Amino acid sequence: MLRKLTVIAAAAMTLAAGPALAASHAEEPHDIAYSFEGPFGKFDQAQLQRGYKVYREVCSACHSMKFVSFRNLGDKGGPFYDPKYPNPNDNPVVKALAADIQVPDIDTETGDAITRPATPADRFPHPYPNDYAARAGNGGALPPDLSVIAKGREGGPEYLASYLTGYLAPPKGLTVPAGQYYNAFFPGDLSSGWQTDRAEDKKDPPPHGGFVAMPPQLADDKVSFDDGTKSTAHQQAVDVAAFLMWAAEPKMEQRKETGFAVMIYLVLFAGLLYASYRRVWRNESH
Amino acid sequence: MSGHSTYEPKNGFSRWLDQRLPVTRLVWDSFVDYPTPRNLNYWWTFGGILSLMLGVQIVSGIVLAMHYTPSASGAFASVEHIMRDVNYGWLIRYTHANGASMFFMAVYIHMLRGLYYGSFKPPREVLWLLGCVIYGLMMATAFMGYVLPWGQMSFHGAVVITNIIGAIPVIGGPILTWLQGGFAVDNATLNRFFSLHYLLPFMIAGVVVLHVWALHVVGQNNPTGIDPKSKVDTLPFTPYATVKDGFAMSVFLILFAVFVFYMPNSLGHADNYIEANPLVTPQHIVPEWYFLPFYAILRAVPDKVMGVVAMFGSIGVLFALPWLDTSKVRSMRYRPMAKLYFIILLVVCVTLGFCGAKLPDDQVIPGLETFKVMDSDLNSFVWLSRLATLYYFAYFLIITPLLGLIETPKPTPETIASPALSHPPTTPAGAAADAEKKG
Ligand code: HEC
Ligand code: HEM
Repeated sequence: MLRKLTVIAAAAMTLAAGPALAASHAEEPHDIAYSFEGPFGKFDQAQLQRGYKVYREVCSACHSMKFVSFRNLGDKGGPFYDPKYPNPNDNPVVKALAADIQVPDIDTETGDAITRPATPADRFPHPYPNDYAARAGNGGALPPDLSVIAKGREGGPEYLASYLTGYLAPPKGLTVPAGQYYNAFFPGDLSSGWQTDRAEDKKDPPPHGGFVAMPPQLADDKVSFDDGTKSTAHQQAVDVAAFLMWAAEPKMEQRKETGFAVMIYLVLFAGLLYASYRRVWRNESH
Repeated sequence: MSGHSTYEPKNGFSRWLDQRLPVTRLVWDSFVDYPTPRNLNYWWTFGGILSLMLGVQIVSGIVLAMHYTPSASGAFASVEHIMRDVNYGWLIRYTHANGASMFFMAVYIHMLRGLYYGSFKPPREVLWLLGCVIYGLMMATAFMGYVLPWGQMSFHGAVVITNIIGAIPVIGGPILTWLQGGFAVDNATLNRFFSLHYLLPFMIAGVVVLHVWALHVVGQNNPTGIDPKSKVDTLPFTPYATVKDGFAMSVFLILFAVFVFYMPNSLGHADNYIEANPLVTPQHIVPEWYFLPFYAILRAVPDKVMGVVAMFGSIGVLFALPWLDTSKVRSMRYRPMAKLYFIILLVVCVTLGFCGAKLPDDQVIPGLETFKVMDSDLNSFVWLSRLATLYYFAYFLIITPLLGLIETPKPTPETIASPALSHPPTTPAGAAADAEKKG
């Protein structure tokens, strides 16, 4: 009895820990069947490549990813990993992708600020020289850095994909402020724009979602996928969210692989100790 | 229990050393020959598990400190550097972060074990007090450690908690400035928290030595709560307790590994992966799960200063417990009424944890309209926390002292070995009684 209760209490404690949820009034993110879910899940390399393309061609205009370097693209588990090049700095695809991008530098001869093509060792460059410029370019809102955004949002990649395609038509009675967009998945508060003349709607709470300063970014065929995947807005969202998950947790595959070996070891070790325990105690009542 | 030593040096060197510094004798007496009650159950394996976890935290922490930058501008980036560029850095960090949770899980079980079996009663009061000191140090260490990655929850958690201290009349203000190293949580705060976070675990290790010393003077309690009367009641620590502790530790490590390798962020909060920004306050500031019950108590009291008093008082009553309990019988196995109130206490503590994670004004039963009492609706988490807080204090200050006077305990056995023990020997008595000789 006591034992059972304790187990239940421990489980409840763990549950209480996870969903320390604020009453965030947004739609539940869509359930997306990602390849990297579960204890053996791995990233889908083609999906990461498509996701990188979406980031590079669309999002990088406003969002930095300051903790990611070009060489990471060729790391094990990364979008352009090639077993032929264990050192990603030698990977020709990574080199070419880097060289496509200009990064700021200092000319060591003259001391002047210059730009030059990136090398795999460079970090992804910032789209704006500083946060003030970023705000000025986005109606006062700061586009957050996307390096760890997939871990920095409740719901992870599923939230990101839902958010990117969550610009639904505003419900009747909702006034969207200038420079803002209604998004059903963005956790916010719509009460400031919620007004309805119909008496029976008066006591209705405002709809789910929030106002966000980022305009809708994805549209069918906005990015062309080299692998022939049909480029719908939904596909772009799902792929870029997968890419952002990889960027936030680049060692996920290594973690799960190591974990599997550790689990086998520990289970065998525990079994062995249990057998020793039974043997040592076999003549003693307890 | 601390009878005369049975250690016999086996060779010239150990004899030479034994006469100059008897460390091998100390280890022998404490961890080999030391008599343990034969009826200890698995709840008694958590002391060993805690020692293991302290070791894990110290080792992983020292490696993290080799790569970590304690500065407001560099801390977040250095943690990402550990996660991305340091070889197996992710493993070290996830071990340390989840290790703290596992450490607290173990300490809560360890303390509830003591509460249930009456391990705090004479002659174990000092042992219990030292345990409470360890627990206090653990909380301080964990709180300061959580600030180090300098995420949004780190920063705003530090603001909330340090400001609690500031609420104390007269001395609060100066202590707050001293704690923060300035007039706000900033670089100076981070630096001193890092310094102290490195120091405190070694102080814990020191108090653990005293704790184990005290344990070995008075001896372990056991599920019956009665003292061992003769040699029949005990078994030598090695191999009996070592192998049982070892098995329990390995099972505990499996659970630990599930968190580290398969759900490393499930006990954390997403907001801590956003770099600290003093100008943006998270919608909802919540501490780590192991502090939630205390957070609920803090917010349950309408007055800020009284809230702080209640929160510290909830830990303070633990120190007074040996003198609050009037029962002559240690183990609740023989105290049906006490057992009932203990189970309610467990439920209440879990409830407080839930309340700590919720917004105070949210409804407990969604949709149910009730009426306002004082400042809040009755159907709200703040009222649930108030009721739970009331029970928590009543348990220690009213129920525990009264029960010992009014209850009729069940009869306790004569000796530990006299009742039929739940696990009889698996081979017939007399057949190869060699296990003991091997020790
Ligand atoms: C025109 C500039 C611009 C582009 C292009 C852009 N964003 Fe944004 N994004 C913003 C701004 C501005 C915000 C901040 C919005 C706010 O706080 O109201 C934002 C916020 C976000 C957020 C945070 C939402 C939250 O939960 O707080 C995410 C995630 C995001 N963008 C992802 C993307 C992705 C992925 C792309 C590429 C498909 C992209 N953005 C393209 C300007 C942009
Ligand atoms: C870092 C934290 C701690 C460590 C490493 C630790 C270690 C140990 C060890 C090794 C034992 C002996 C094995 C056992 O009986 O379980 C023990 C016993 C004990 N501990 Fe702790 N402990 C810690 C924290 C605490 C705390 C916080 C409390 C209570 C407030 C506590 C109370 C006790 C008591 C009362 C005993 C005696 C148990 C008995 O014989 O019934 N300990 N501890």
